[in-house]
Amino acid sequence: MNLHISIAKTHLLAKKKQTITAMLGVTFGIGMFILMIGVITGVNEYLTDSMLESTAHVRMYNDLASSNRTSIIEETLLSTLEVASTLHQKPKNIKLSIRNGMQIVSDLKNHPEVAGVSPQLSSQVFYNYGPVQLNGNIAGVNIVDEDNLFDVAGKIKAGRMESLLTTGNGLIMGAGLAKKLNAQVGDRITITTPFGGSMTLKIVATFATGNVQIDNVKSYASIGTVQKILQRDPGYITTISVNLKDMNDAKKIAPELQAKYGIKSEDWETANAVILQSFVIRNIMTYVIVTTLLVVAGFGIYNIMSMTINDKMKDIAIMKATGFTARDIVIVFMLQAVIVGFFGASLGLMIGGSLAYWVSTIPVDFGEFASMTRFPVNFDPMHYLFGIIFGVGATCLAGFLPSRKAGKIDPVDIIRG
Amino acid sequence: MNTVLQTQTITKYFHEPETFAVLKDVSFEVEKGEFVSIVGKSGCGKSTLLYVLSTMDTDFEGALTLNGTDIHGKTQDELARFRGEHIGFVFQFHYLLPEFTCLENVMIPALKLGKYSREEIRDRALQKLDLLGVREHAEKRASKLSGGQQQRVAIARALINDPTIIMGDEPTGNLDSTNTRIVFDILKDLSRTFHQTIITVTHDQEFAAMTDRIIEMQDGRIISHGNRLSA
Repeated sequence: MNLHISIAKTHLLAKKKQTITAMLGVTFGIGMFILMIGVITGVNEYLTDSMLESTAHVRMYNDLASSNRTSIIEETLLSTLEVASTLHQKPKNIKLSIRNGMQIVSDLKNHPEVAGVSPQLSSQVFYNYGPVQLNGNIAGVNIVDEDNLFDVAGKIKAGRMESLLTTGNGLIMGAGLAKKLNAQVGDRITITTPFGGSMTLKIVATFATGNVQIDNVKSYASIGTVQKILQRDPGYITTISVNLKDMNDAKKIAPELQAKYGIKSEDWETANAVILQSFVIRNIMTYVIVTTLLVVAGFGIYNIMSMTINDKMKDIAIMKATGFTARDIVIVFMLQAVIVGFFGASLGLMIGGSLAYWVSTIPVDFGEFASMTRFPVNFDPMHYLFGIIFGVGATCLAGFLPSRKAGKIDPVDIIRG
Repeated sequence: MNTVLQTQTITKYFHEPETFAVLKDVSFEVEKGEFVSIVGKSGCGKSTLLYVLSTMDTDFEGALTLNGTDIHGKTQDELARFRGEHIGFVFQFHYLLPEFTCLENVMIPALKLGKYSREEIRDRALQKLDLLGVREHAEKRASKLSGGQQQRVAIARALINDPTIIMGDEPTGNLDSTNTRIVFDILKDLSRTFHQTIITVTHDQEFAAMTDRIIEMQDGRIISHGNRLSA
């Protein structure tokens, strides 16, 4: 084996330019892979994080659809349809409140897998300020629980979150909504519900999540305040947000909770299926582009190896004449491919990593709403491992065919000319 | 005497462009220490015979026994090892590996065979280079030497594993008369002093005349086995 290595080394060193060209092909492919995968998964992760900041791992609520049942006639006679009946009933108006909501909340808090629970009731409302009337919604929350789950304090732009606890009829308003209303902390605005109730609340703070669809319509108030606006009894809640210790368990635990409490429980992956799908598609695209780069690099190596072997026909013949087997020859040339692949890929990791680091230092400004200040880049060691394995693997594949051809060379043909 | 090479009715066909017998019923023996030359016109099959004898060409009918071993039925890998151990080659064109030094060129077949340690192989290789008078070039790249010097290094390489037989395919075909003389003297000396068996193919009548025995070929047959001088 030592002999094979030293022959492979001598061959590579004798043709430095060719060796370096072959290596740079791999380096380029792997470097681009590392850079792209870092940036793309970095952005994906950032988006996932910011999505999860406003999404509970499991959301429990009463679903209109779950209360609609088909009539027995429809179920049993659908195939024959000889009986006149009311098909396709209109939905029933059900109470959106979760029965025994507060008991479920305290029960969930003792669940071993649950990290945090936040009860909520929300309603469509109109915000009235001066002559302006804006459509939006209001969420009645226990602000401390809500903060545990969704880091409300971190998104406060003006005022203080804790003021909601000390101010009767306080309101934390979305920054976009406040801007539209031209309202500031300390202002009082009137809220009307679709059922006719109204109340005047005082803005104690404003928040921005970076998501315009939330910031332009949503406000937080205490559960008691919203219950009063809606003229409901204490204990009336419509949604329970649950965070788990491991968010990846959500898909498994949500159905368990649904079965246990009889309320629709939706995990975050189902709720955000479209967004998650877009991540998957973006990842696939990355791999497609990178594979293309590596295939091109692979063809480069294939070419150079073929050329090297054509140049070395005489040498191969003489080696075979002096006791080298076909396997020895394949090993000598495969080693060259592996060495080129390994050093090319390692250099690629270094260059890709440095570029990725450089990108991660680029300051970005997406306006006051986004919390991003630097370009998000992911430095996952698995990507680097994958890069080197793929780089060496691709070169092995590219080197194998020419090496096998070299092994099969008949020395007599070459020596006789 | 001790027979090191024996062929029995070796027949070989070429199939391109059409099938014809390039060797017909070739049978002869070579004994240890003999310096044999095979002569004949171009296309008489002498080179083909040499490559059959060398075990590199196994596509033939008949029997070939080298050093008591029938080479039929051996795999290509076994034959490669067998060649490394028993046969040393000298070709018309030197065929050294150009990227390696002369010393490395001589050492490589021995390193492949792996019979001795690296240090021993190095010592032996230097001895062989010394014997061939090219020791001072040991550390030079093979491609930097003159043709005559390269051929001498190639002979040193052929000797490194103490082969049973040295086979030469026009070993002096590419050399001027001075170098031809030098190479011939070296081969002769090896044969005399070390009882090295040597088989060369040549069309150089002068060269052939000075060897122990001339085997003459015509149209794929041996027409003269020559007289054994060393008997």
